[in-house]
Amino acid sequence: MNTSAAPQDQSLKTEKRRKQRTRLQETWRRFRKNRWALSGLVLLVLLAAVALGAGVIAPEGVDHQDFTRRFAPPGQENLLGTDNLGRDTLSRIIHGSRLSLSIGFITTSIGLIIGGTLGAFAGFYGGTRDQIIMRIMDVILAIPGFIFAVALVTALGPNLTNLMIAVGVNSIPYFARIIRSSVMSVKEYEYIEAARAIGAGDLRIIAKHVIPNSFAPILVQATLRIGDTIIIAAGLSFLGLGAQPPLPEWGAMLSGGRQYLRDAWWMATFPGIAIMITVLAFNLVGDGLRDALDPRLKN
Amino acid sequence: MGRYILKRIAALIPVLIGATFIVFAIMHFTPGDPATLMLPQDATRAEIEAMQERLGLNEPFLVQYGSFLAGLLQGDLGISFRTGQPVASVIMTRLPATMLLAAASIIVAVIIGLIAGIIAAIRQYTFWDGGAMFTALLGVSMPNFWLGLMMILLFSVFWSTNFGYTLLPASGYGTFQHIIMPAVVLGTAHASFITRITRSSMLEVLRQDYIRTARAKGLSEWAVIVSHALRNALMPVVTIIGLRFGVLLGGSVITERIFAWPGIGRLLIDAVRAQDYNVVQGIILTYAVIFSLVTLAVDLLYTVIDPRIRRQYR
Repeated sequence: MNTSAAPQDQSLKTEKRRKQRTRLQETWRRFRKNRWALSGLVLLVLLAAVALGAGVIAPEGVDHQDFTRRFAPPGQENLLGTDNLGRDTLSRIIHGSRLSLSIGFITTSIGLIIGGTLGAFAGFYGGTRDQIIMRIMDVILAIPGFIFAVALVTALGPNLTNLMIAVGVNSIPYFARIIRSSVMSVKEYEYIEAARAIGAGDLRIIAKHVIPNSFAPILVQATLRIGDTIIIAAGLSFLGLGAQPPLPEWGAMLSGGRQYLRDAWWMATFPGIAIMITVLAFNLVGDGLRDALDPRLKN
Repeated sequence: MGRYILKRIAALIPVLIGATFIVFAIMHFTPGDPATLMLPQDATRAEIEAMQERLGLNEPFLVQYGSFLAGLLQGDLGISFRTGQPVASVIMTRLPATMLLAAASIIVAVIIGLIAGIIAAIRQYTFWDGGAMFTALLGVSMPNFWLGLMMILLFSVFWSTNFGYTLLPASGYGTFQHIIMPAVVLGTAHASFITRITRSSMLEVLRQDYIRTARAKGLSEWAVIVSHALRNALMPVVTIIGLRFGVLLGGSVITERIFAWPGIGRLLIDAVRAQDYNVVQGIILTYAVIFSLVTLAVDLLYTVIDPRIRRQYR
């Protein structure tokens, strides 16, 4: 008697549980099944751990020089070799992970917050306000992004802060467009009308209903954008227009390595691999999130 | 059709004028006095002031912008603070090298991307598909300047120490060998995007009924893929080339610098370092114009590829 009731009970429970699953859990379930996405996430967690624990993990301090071992090739003493000042490449790469990850997050946040606000405003109100904002965005987008960043850094002066401002400003039109279009599609839904009917103000509707419901595509684009901004920022530093030596920014390290390409191949090799792994991790997670959030793949 | 083209060109003009305003404003508020830069180090205060007066630097911002715009309409971008040469003619002598590099890298990207994308699509879920997609992911994640350094290391440095001659020159301009590495470096990321988009659009097309019809009437697989599937899968590929052309131009700045390629990208960085802001401004605007024209050309290309769109604008 008991045995026949149990399976039914069980299936009822699973049914109930499935219903209770939030969107987040559902997304996570699908994300977890994707091996590539999961390895990207593991990679990101590792990178974050390295960046947070850089002081403990790195064998040497970031500016520790030892002129007796200039240009030491990779070996037991220095796993990834040393540079022209006898600094340990591995240690500098580990310390540099803090810079690259911060650059990625800060620049993307600048773009997301400013661009997102402008885009949400434009998409929500439409009309003249939309026209003005989006035409300005069009003008900025007419200048190739990297070159616009070069112009901004030239005007502001080359250093880490200005690099982040330039790359961040660069992302503004990008996010403005994405968020505008998702706000425009969300605002037509009935729950927006319902919210308005019970007397909610515009700001409340945007903050409480529009943004949470257009969150998915924004999260995906932001993740992918972090990877892009890390590459753009490293490129500017490589040209001498971003982080300046002795900062262990990976692009700046590559720029130094370029001068000694013939004598010390490792100087120009490993910082680039670090950039590639980091950007790869963000791309894997971004692609995985897109697949996990795409309702068309939902079964 | 002609009216459509005219309309598109007309829409471009306000955007480009806006771009001139933004770039002019950024450069205007950049620290550094052009008059001081143009004169010898030992110039007197009076000489500097006279130069400022002559360059119109004492005029209000909008007046200066107005005269810049008036000059621009006559093809005058001002003169270089450093060399005194007209900026427009300096850019024109450097522009062909940049265009050549951009064209070569697009050719590289399209060839690699189409082949890899088609193979991935017709061998879906095989080793080839997985390999192509992973390589494409690496290509997107790799900074192109690092790829450039690695290629120089392999084909110039490593090759010459081990085989006694250089396989590919690390820098310079002029022969076919010179363009191979810069074009591959600049084309790689785009090849990756083209691979991805070709694969997904081929997969979509290959499911269509007309593909089954083509196979049913006994066409060879090759004919089915190339003349029936690929032709219809090409639209998104053209779109992505247009969309990413701005990124390609940005990448060409770094690529030109690594390979000492004598284009406007290298000139841009040299001018930034020399605080030669008239040249910087002229080059940035040149990039904006090229980018806008390519975007326009891609839009017009749709009408050539797809007869359905052509009919709409007749």
